[in-house]
Amino acid sequence: MLQILFDALSLGSLYALGALGIALIFGVMRLVNFAHGDVIAFCVFALLWPSTDAMAIVFAGQLPWYLLVPFVLLCGAGLSMLCEIVVFRRFRKANPATMMIASFALGFVIRYFLLMLFSSRPKSINLLPELSQPVEIFGARLPLLQLITIVATMLILLGLTVFLRRTRFGLEMRAAAENFSMARMLGVRANRVIMGAFALSGALAGAIALIFVAQTGTADIQMGAAIMLMAFIATVIGGLGSLAGAVLAGFLLGGASVIMQVMLPIDARPFRDAFVYGAVILVLLFRPQGLISARGTKERV
Amino acid sequence: MSLLALSDITIRYSRLTAVRDVSFSMDEGEILFITGPNGAGKSSLLRAIAGVTPVAGGRIDLAGHEITGHAPENIARLGFSMVPEGRDVFGSLTTEENLLVGTGMHARERGWRSRAAGELEAVYATFPMLKERRHGQAGLLSGGQQQMLVIGRALMTNPRLVAIDEPSLGLAPNINDQVYERLIALRAQRQLTLLIVEQSSARAMMVGGRMILMRGGQIVLDGDARTLGNGEAIQAAYFGYEDH
Repeated sequence: MLQILFDALSLGSLYALGALGIALIFGVMRLVNFAHGDVIAFCVFALLWPSTDAMAIVFAGQLPWYLLVPFVLLCGAGLSMLCEIVVFRRFRKANPATMMIASFALGFVIRYFLLMLFSSRPKSINLLPELSQPVEIFGARLPLLQLITIVATMLILLGLTVFLRRTRFGLEMRAAAENFSMARMLGVRANRVIMGAFALSGALAGAIALIFVAQTGTADIQMGAAIMLMAFIATVIGGLGSLAGAVLAGFLLGGASVIMQVMLPIDARPFRDAFVYGAVILVLLFRPQGLISARGTKERV
Repeated sequence: MSLLALSDITIRYSRLTAVRDVSFSMDEGEILFITGPNGAGKSSLLRAIAGVTPVAGGRIDLAGHEITGHAPENIARLGFSMVPEGRDVFGSLTTEENLLVGTGMHARERGWRSRAAGELEAVYATFPMLKERRHGQAGLLSGGQQQMLVIGRALMTNPRLVAIDEPSLGLAPNINDQVYERLIALRAQRQLTLLIVEQSSARAMMVGGRMILMRGGQIVLDGDARTLGNGEAIQAAYFGYEDH
């Protein structure tokens, strides 16, 4: 029982962090950033030395954890901000559909850049092996990594909440997310807020990359797309633009996946995802605006 | 030198021309009403000054700087504060957070925190109701309270010129009277320059000051609100029947 709960929480953590990264950017510029998954993949490969060999040459992955974590977060934030400056800034006045297509294209550029450097073969990396030790809690044996994932996610969520509620920058971001042009008329700098959102979103991508690699031990250039899809679904179910909704829906999706994995009859288990997506359709039929509908998702002029 | 000067401003939305070759200027301390029927281009003009609507031609100067095509956040820094139509409170923020959004642009100056705190107390003194609801969600305030909140929010930036787009919209007449009472008191207290857009000219005649009447994207009358108010010229201008 406890095992299922922890599985659900740790999978949900990944989805929640991913959804948050998308919701942050959607909040300030109505952009559904499909390149987000590829930023995650980029962060994973930032651990390796470029080579097309099957054996991964671990580079940054060898750093001690207190250097490794900031390094990966900075990689994510840096790439994400670069995307903003080079690509999304030019589309600021374009309609949301145009921006979305641009983000798809950008995602492919990042993916093929990785393909060029690393080839398409998945590589195995053993990141922080000491974390796979099991620990015993209330009679259940749980991987230490799972605990760390959950605790780290809670800390990130808490930190982000404090940042958004208690700092001036957080106040400006919340105001801009609700009504961008009104915030600008009150002197809030558009570039600063959008850059901040991209930096936060990129750092979240870095956190996901670390958790994902530590859990699976593989680096695959396609991996970003898989997480991205679930994260995007979570943002839609949560109510596009609502940060709390994105997190809630991320955990719900993680929970649903794990519970169905356990509860479904053996024959139906391979079709687990079909059941999960079926549930998604049901939720959207009953609450098309999402679980927590965001204010101010009206078009900005 | 005038505080605000518009010369030959033209605003287009794709093929529709909303404002055509409009010029006027305002002096420090003046109160100016822009009135006119729906679609006269009043709101477009305000949004163009604020920098959220691009102009197709002409030039805007504010406090000695040309601001044509500048970003809204930079125009706000020159002392222009806008209260848009429909009020636009940040509904998910608290009342106090709404008031504080605009103080960040002075964050580089020394002593801005204590000045912001002083401004906040001044706004609360003018609108005691806002202080009672300071930690409540702004979206839950009534229409009249929201109107007072956005006026307070505009004052928090310590502006030289406050522009208000249709403060009467959707308010009961007695609430509207209260809003204007406070506005006039504030103006006397702070030597504010006020630019107010209203659909009806009745309020302008009551308050006094200068009035510009717009129709079809152009200025048709410009003069003292009280003298313009008594006469058939204004009716003719408003409804557009010229020589019969």
